Amino acid sequence: MTALDAGPTEAPRTFFFNDPVIRGIVYQIVVGLILVSFIAWIIGNTAANLAAQNKTTGFDFLWKTAGFDISFSLLPWSRASTYWQAFLVGITNTLLVAFIGIVVATILGFTIGIARLSSNFIISSLATVYVETIRNIPLLLQLFFWYFAVLKTMPAVRDSYELPLDSFINQRGIFFPQPLPDAQFGFVWIGLAVAIVGVLVLRRWARKRLEATGQRFPVFLTSLAVLLVLPALVWLISGAQVAFDPPVLGRFNFEGGVQLPPEFLALLFGLSIYTASFIAETVRGGIQAVNHGQTEAAQSLGLKEGDRLRLVIVPQAMRVIVPPLTSQYLNLTKNSSLGAAIGYPELVNVFSGTALNQTGRAIECIALTMLVYLILSLLTSAIMNWYNARVTLVER
Amino acid sequence: MTDTGYVRSELVAAKPAPNPTSGAVVWAKKNLFATPMDALLTAFGVLFLLWVVPPFFNFVLGHAVGPMGTVEECRAITAGACWAYVYNEMEFFIYGFYDIPQLWRPNIVFALGALLFVPLLIPKLPFKRINALLFLFVYPVVAYFLLAGGVFGLSEMPTEKWGGLLVTLIISVVGITLAFPLGIVLALGRQSTLPVIKTICVTFIELIRSVPLITILFMASIMLPLFMPQGMTVDKLLRALVGVTLFTSAYLAEVVRGGLQAIPRGQYEAAASLGLGYWQRMYFIILPQALKHVIPGIVNSFIALFKDTSLVYIVGMKDLLEAVKTKNDSALEWQSANTATTGYLFAAIVFWAFCFSMSRYSMFMERRLNTGHKR
Repeated sequence: MTALDAGPTEAPRTFFFNDPVIRGIVYQIVVGLILVSFIAWIIGNTAANLAAQNKTTGFDFLWKTAGFDISFSLLPWSRASTYWQAFLVGITNTLLVAFIGIVVATILGFTIGIARLSSNFIISSLATVYVETIRNIPLLLQLFFWYFAVLKTMPAVRDSYELPLDSFINQRGIFFPQPLPDAQFGFVWIGLAVAIVGVLVLRRWARKRLEATGQRFPVFLTSLAVLLVLPALVWLISGAQVAFDPPVLGRFNFEGGVQLPPEFLALLFGLSIYTASFIAETVRGGIQAVNHGQTEAAQSLGLKEGDRLRLVIVPQAMRVIVPPLTSQYLNLTKNSSLGAAIGYPELVNVFSGTALNQTGRAIECIALTMLVYLILSLLTSAIMNWYNARVTLVER
Repeated sequence: MTDTGYVRSELVAAKPAPNPTSGAVVWAKKNLFATPMDALLTAFGVLFLLWVVPPFFNFVLGHAVGPMGTVEECRAITAGACWAYVYNEMEFFIYGFYDIPQLWRPNIVFALGALLFVPLLIPKLPFKRINALLFLFVYPVVAYFLLAGGVFGLSEMPTEKWGGLLVTLIISVVGITLAFPLGIVLALGRQSTLPVIKTICVTFIELIRSVPLITILFMASIMLPLFMPQGMTVDKLLRALVGVTLFTSAYLAEVVRGGLQAIPRGQYEAAASLGLGYWQRMYFIILPQALKHVIPGIVNSFIALFKDTSLVYIVGMKDLLEAVKTKNDSALEWQSANTATTGYLFAAIVFWAFCFSMSRYSMFMERRLNTGHKR
């Protein structure tokens, strides 16, 4: 009886190191110390090495004149520009090729992904062959192929291939007329903006009406009409003119027009075609992930083929597709750094290549380059988290 | 009495045969011409094939110059691929600048590697443990000393001379072998309850994954020598290996984490209730299940690593692709309109063969290890 009143007995004494809490703390201290001393060792070595090479550090070099040429730039660039401007040129060139590449790869990838699921044997086999071939060949090799084997073997300027619409293709890339809208053309843009707002309002109204009365409104056709007709009307009324500045064969090269250099084209082709094969697999997986019961349920509700896809299958497939799709977009952006290998002046080429070689500020240049990619990646994952939170299945 | 019966006096007319459910016509009707739209697509597909396949076939085989051809034949206007060029430069594509009288050394390394690796891939063969230990621990040492020389009277062969497919294979095999355990440790660290360890692992993984491999190789190439104590040089091959391994391990860690998260909590608790320690729990209970879940992801990382070895030209190694490119640019005696294309085509075929067989093997393993999780 007395034993029952003895109260809680003391925990059995064990060696203190067997206590998981203490053990965890000790492990963490050890790992932390090792890491800190490793970093300190690296910093010490680096400082000693830099001192031995008489190199200075710091970001002051960003404001010095760069003095090199960049073959392709959206921003104004001259030899007198600073390294900071070179940095910005690199970023814009990276973003330009990444943006266009993403658009092309998405269209191509979705087409091929859907084609792989086609019941048509030839179409699905073609799509399978595309995916299995492109996915298994290194991107760099594909870039070399497009650049050295295709675009660089185009004829010289004098013997350019003529394309429709006053465009030309030759060793130096594609040349096409540059549209030069006059001042009145601004009204057309305003008209387009108004049309877009109108379409958004229309969609909302149509959905409210559908929910309230069950009556459908042909939203898609009306939107298309509004988007086309309104700007066209404004164009006619305002009398805006668009002049074209076609490329004309000069003494050494084409003059006027817009030139897309072969480096840009090769990178764009390579990136879009390569990434499209991955996007196609993502899309296929996403559509297959939607349970077949969903299709049957939609059919039993009497939904039409189009409605079934648009209202039942695609929204559920998108929930599976979008996260890997964004990581493909991010991969495409990171892979655009391979442009350095074929001389497209993107961030790595301009900044971790030329600028680094000229200034010798290795740590600063590489750190800034990595920082840009880091920010892009963090931004993407932030948007992704927001999207995921929005579309997550609300479960009971 | 006799009239009540009914006897059929003539045969019933034969019914038409049922619609066939198999055969070429049925198949074509179902898979090629199910709807008018389908027929249109088929026609489009056939036209596309007619447009693409004959020129491609003519380039690769029909009009191509065989391995025994001459450069003059390759320079003919109508010639296709110049396989004679690939055949003549094959040694460079496979071994790089390795001294030609010493080529038996890499050959032995290749043969030994195949001898040890292939039995590992075939599930039915015995002695897996010994085989794996030999391949992972003994083979690399033997291979290194055979290739680098400097012992047992073998002439010294600096890594600068290694190249071609040899380097591609070395970097991918060593990268895979080192990145795999590192990736598992990082994944476990990320799942850890210890905040310091978790933070370190998360930072490392996210940092590496958010930058392109090319910048990491730049870093390995330019900054690694700065990080080392003065006077210590880092071999180029080692730089490439460090960069590639760190990069792949971060991606593998994320793949493995997916597998760890797919294991139900009950498994963790059951393992703990058996009184197993942390490493025992992971090694015997959690990891075998988790890794099985993510085989496709792991193999995809390996395929990506194999393709990414083509980037080591950044640190100055001549891997297969760089070797091909060097010859394309510099082999003047082989210059013709199609030399470069043939070279790249050859490299593409080699890379494709390796990657495609890896992905097929992973599908085979997936089916084999599938113990009924999938319905």
